[in-house]
Amino acid sequence: MPKLLTGAEIVFKCLEDQDVEYIFGYPGGAVLPIYDELKNHETVKHILVRHEQGAGHAAEGYARSTGKPGVVLVTSGPGATNVVTALTDAYMDSVPLVCISGQVPTHLIGTDAFQECDTTGITRPCTKHNWLVKDIKDLSKIIHEAFYVATTGRPGPVLIDIPKDIQFAKTNYLKPKKEKKPNGTSHNKFSQSEIDELINLISKSKKPIIYSGGGVINSGPNASESLREFVRLTGFPITSTLQGLGAFPGEDNQFIGMLGMHGTYEANNAMHDCDLLINIGARFDDRITGKIDEFSPKSKKVHIDIDPSSINKIIKVNLAIVGDVNEVLRSAIKKINKKQNGFKISNKQNISKWWGQIQKWRTKDSLGFINSEKTIKPQHAVKRLYELTKNQDTFITTEVGQHQMWAAQHYKFNKPNRWMTSGGLGTMGYGLPAAVGVQIAHPDKLVIDIAGEASVLMTMQEMSTAVQYNLPIKIFVLNNQYMGMVRQWQELLHEKNYSESYTEALPDFVKLAEAYGCKGIKAQTPNELDDKIREMVNYNGPVIFDCQVDPNENCFPMIPSGKPHNQMILGPNDKDEKKITGKGKTLV
Amino acid sequence: MGNPKSAYSIPTKKGKLDTHIFVVWVDNEAGVLARVVGLFSGRGYNIESLAVAEVDAAKNISRITIVTTGTPQVIDQIKLQLKKLVPVHKVADFKREDKKVIFKEMALLKVVGKKKGLEKCIKACKSFNPVILDKTKQSVVIQITALRREIDKMSKKLKPLGLTSTSRTGAIAMTRGAEVFK
Repeated sequence: MPKLLTGAEIVFKCLEDQDVEYIFGYPGGAVLPIYDELKNHETVKHILVRHEQGAGHAAEGYARSTGKPGVVLVTSGPGATNVVTALTDAYMDSVPLVCISGQVPTHLIGTDAFQECDTTGITRPCTKHNWLVKDIKDLSKIIHEAFYVATTGRPGPVLIDIPKDIQFAKTNYLKPKKEKKPNGTSHNKFSQSEIDELINLISKSKKPIIYSGGGVINSGPNASESLREFVRLTGFPITSTLQGLGAFPGEDNQFIGMLGMHGTYEANNAMHDCDLLINIGARFDDRITGKIDEFSPKSKKVHIDIDPSSINKIIKVNLAIVGDVNEVLRSAIKKINKKQNGFKISNKQNISKWWGQIQKWRTKDSLGFINSEKTIKPQHAVKRLYELTKNQDTFITTEVGQHQMWAAQHYKFNKPNRWMTSGGLGTMGYGLPAAVGVQIAHPDKLVIDIAGEASVLMTMQEMSTAVQYNLPIKIFVLNNQYMGMVRQWQELLHEKNYSESYTEALPDFVKLAEAYGCKGIKAQTPNELDDKIREMVNYNGPVIFDCQVDPNENCFPMIPSGKPHNQMILGPNDKDEKKITGKGKTLV
Repeated sequence: MGNPKSAYSIPTKKGKLDTHIFVVWVDNEAGVLARVVGLFSGRGYNIESLAVAEVDAAKNISRITIVTTGTPQVIDQIKLQLKKLVPVHKVADFKREDKKVIFKEMALLKVVGKKKGLEKCIKACKSFNPVILDKTKQSVVIQITALRREIDKMSKKLKPLGLTSTSRTGAIAMTRGAEVFK
């Protein structure tokens, strides 16, 4: 008879069998048996964060940059509620997380015991699934199933709530079963006729556009390779959502920039005027579509997605292909190559006029800005950061706001899994802990959090984690003293009533860095910027970089709310724009 | 028109609402009903009625019947979202007008009054399979099975005759003929 194991031992057995290397967590009363067991399992390393939200975001950064699930360990009550933001964030952006939470002993559940909360009730709407383990015999099965649910189909967070008495109870350990499909769900449901129809639409199109999203990243590095091959074969222009950046090289000529609210003029106009729109692993988010009624009115729409509920949710499509992005693309590429002559040549003739139009839109230079010699423009700072770090394999995380959009616009990504940002939930405070997680996964790579001073203060305590584990993360703060995106909206929509968007009494970031035991660097003028960035990059240890930028800069171009893609507001460089600003209020 | 001063889009015209009946087969485990119901409330879908009970004790399967309204797009979403829940095995949805499906609700009606009134009530229920579950000199409890709108009608009709209390189930559904939904 095999040796009986405690619940805590089983937790680690499962983690080992699921090849988990790191867990991000914070101890507390209801998880102490699991923490007690930690010392016996060398292959599973625990990263002690300073707040459970930080553990969640760090696990997200780890997962996004590796493709493996991130694992979180927290205690009951406040431990669990603190991680809710990160779970919701992961749910919105389809990041695989497995969160293990402690719970009060079974006999105390429902009695308002110390540090008790209805964890499964609270996290039910922000996880793919969750479990309260009431019987030790179910524990190993549940943990293995949790990993399966988190990582298959459209990935997402799951939570396992383990009462303290279950952690002490003993039973046999069960190894994970191979090829388990709960309720018989398969994810590739497309047929060859759908692929044929896709090819047919492609060959007929005169104004096509490919719109790719985070699904390509989630499908793995092979999907990015397939996407590149597919785009080259068709010769079509490609745009990407915020989450999809890096799946296709940002510097490639066929890439016409990010689309959506702060996307490029050429990408949004092409979306509006196209006759064929191929959505690959994106979800028609409201930051992308603008006004639904006038979204891409003349196009046939194709939607490739692993999640059937994403299809026809917001935009009705003509052809839906449900499946893993890579599988669908491989299938399409195979078919294209099989066709005699390929349609590479004829297709390029078909769409040459369209490319001409796109080139015209490109000349607007919608990401342009008026640079200054006196103050650092935030766009300039991101551009310099890119130029000075592009020669190495750099991982970028961001917080949420203007700096995030500038990073997306001006930092060019050439590989998948190099860009970690909170898109769906828009969580300020995501970037710093995410950088911790990324650096844990990639100890020798350059990891930079492009941050805003307001966001970064929300999870600043994780600098202490970075110092503890010698994680040389660089926190590049575009400090404009405002909640910049809030200020921008107030300027455009609320008659410049900057209600509570200015931060009084900001800390001295250099001294703050020193207080945490890391390096602080401050840049105030464009002249010193390059040298200071080099100093940051070359420093072997964590850095907080206080980049003091123009506080009044706005993020352009933008699609005002309730407007279609072809009615963008461009930056101050554009001559037509002055007319638009005159009517600005009626427009936005 | 909504307020244009917003970072969000303005709501567009709503389509026509249809009434649909969803039948959902789920694992009978703790919290499963909360998952299904939470999906509806969380995404702003409507529940008109709900009926749930275990139907297969060996396989531990419960059958949930939900009556809801929505535009065709919303109905589609409900179905797809339900299918994503881990304990959900299969989902069927029927239009209320669907002739191939039987819908039934049950109601218990308590009428208090004089003998004549009670007799009248029992008579009125005649076409809805009335069963007298309890009878005293001043009261009667009648069980009827009928469609939702028929029960609505009966409640209205019996009110003046002494109907004092009504208890109703949600609708349950079954396809006609030998076919079984897979």
